[in-house]
Amino acid sequence: MSAETQGKQQLSYIPLDRTGLARRVAADIPEGWVVNLGIGVPTLVADYVPADREVIFHSENGVLGIGPKPPEDQIERWLINAGKQYVTLRSGGSYFHHADSFAMIRGGHLDLCVLGAFEVSETGDIANWTTLSTETAPAVGGAMDLAVGAQRLWVVMEHVTKDGRPRLVQKCSYPLTAPQAVKRVYTNLATFDITQDGFKLLDMVPGLTLTELQAVTEGRIIC
Amino acid sequence: MINKIVRSVAEALDGVRDGALVLVGGFGAVGQSNQLLEGLIETGVRDLTIVANNAGYGNVGLARLLKLERVSKIICSFPRIAGSTTFEELYKANKIALELVPQGTLAERIRAAGAGIPAFYTATGVGTELAKGKKSAEFDGKTYLLETALKGDIALIEAWKADRWGNLTYRQSGRNFNPIMATAARTTIVQSQHIAELGELDPETIVTPGIFVERVVHIPHGDPQG
Repeated sequence: MSAETQGKQQLSYIPLDRTGLARRVAADIPEGWVVNLGIGVPTLVADYVPADREVIFHSENGVLGIGPKPPEDQIERWLINAGKQYVTLRSGGSYFHHADSFAMIRGGHLDLCVLGAFEVSETGDIANWTTLSTETAPAVGGAMDLAVGAQRLWVVMEHVTKDGRPRLVQKCSYPLTAPQAVKRVYTNLATFDITQDGFKLLDMVPGLTLTELQAVTEGRIIC
Repeated sequence: MINKIVRSVAEALDGVRDGALVLVGGFGAVGQSNQLLEGLIETGVRDLTIVANNAGYGNVGLARLLKLERVSKIICSFPRIAGSTTFEELYKANKIALELVPQGTLAERIRAAGAGIPAFYTATGVGTELAKGKKSAEFDGKTYLLETALKGDIALIEAWKADRWGNLTYRQSGRNFNPIMATAARTTIVQSQHIAELGELDPETIVTPGIFVERVVHIPHGDPQG
């Protein structure tokens, strides 16, 4: 049973849903930052940054200043993001080629990258790809570049796997995307900074106790 | 008079051989040189090595070239085909070799080839499985991997406008890998939506100067489908 289902049925707390999680991350992004959002929940974060707060969104495929999703009748088929979704360009936005796009990433010009992950270790290792499947070929996209290149890397993920195993771990079991790269982790239960001493708790959902949180977290939580 | 504009896709692809290393621009369905890729299928060449960010999309162009088993190796950051399992089937059946490259390393290896730089160091991939077999070095106390340039025999490019000198502009996110691949092949072949008179393209907005381009064919195929 997933943590989400348990929460609804018998627990004293409600885990954040995808929207809640995106909203939680968006609250921490200050005006003026240039941000790259990964595929999945990270992409949703853009929708919850208030319109009056100027944050510039970057996409690997050569777009800076990505705006909201277009209405169905205003889709521009030449304008997509790295997740291959149709997007818009804000005033002030620009287009550039892939080498310039990754110069922005690798040259440390992005303030923040938000990625999804399978696991994050207590030393900040991130694992968000797999070589284990025999059905599908491995794929990395731009995650390795983003993880080492952006000024800071935040990860957004469910706190546990579908079968209830911790995703915050002492050592990643999946292949690494980058070692010692993650600064902060947002899960559907809590927010942590990665520190020299381990997972430092910043906040957790109302009604959840530290004992309950520690029980679904591998590695020590510091308060 | 310099005139790089050719009359047909067949003429544009003349001389492409078996075993060629082909740089294919595009990201998702946008900026894909599909008509050149369909033309490449027509030539019958095989045993190709393809460099592309994705393994094509749908059932056209690169995806169809793969399905016909004309490609022996793909060098790619995200080997997926939206809406198709063609690549997975070939990969599972061991019918295609994959060199997985992080997207920024892929872009920089292509850029380096175009700029005459044989190799460069990057932090991307350090401490991961993709570092295996690669040389590393320390600069200012930090470890970097040595990556080598990736030069193509041909590059297949999609542009928005082109003139007879081979000057190119692109449209929105259709730019992606196209301008860097145009610099990195012995023969750069372009399909362009529009042909402009010489002097019509604003010199301030030309993205690929014609020096990087050998052949241009006019293909007004319209919006990306996918």
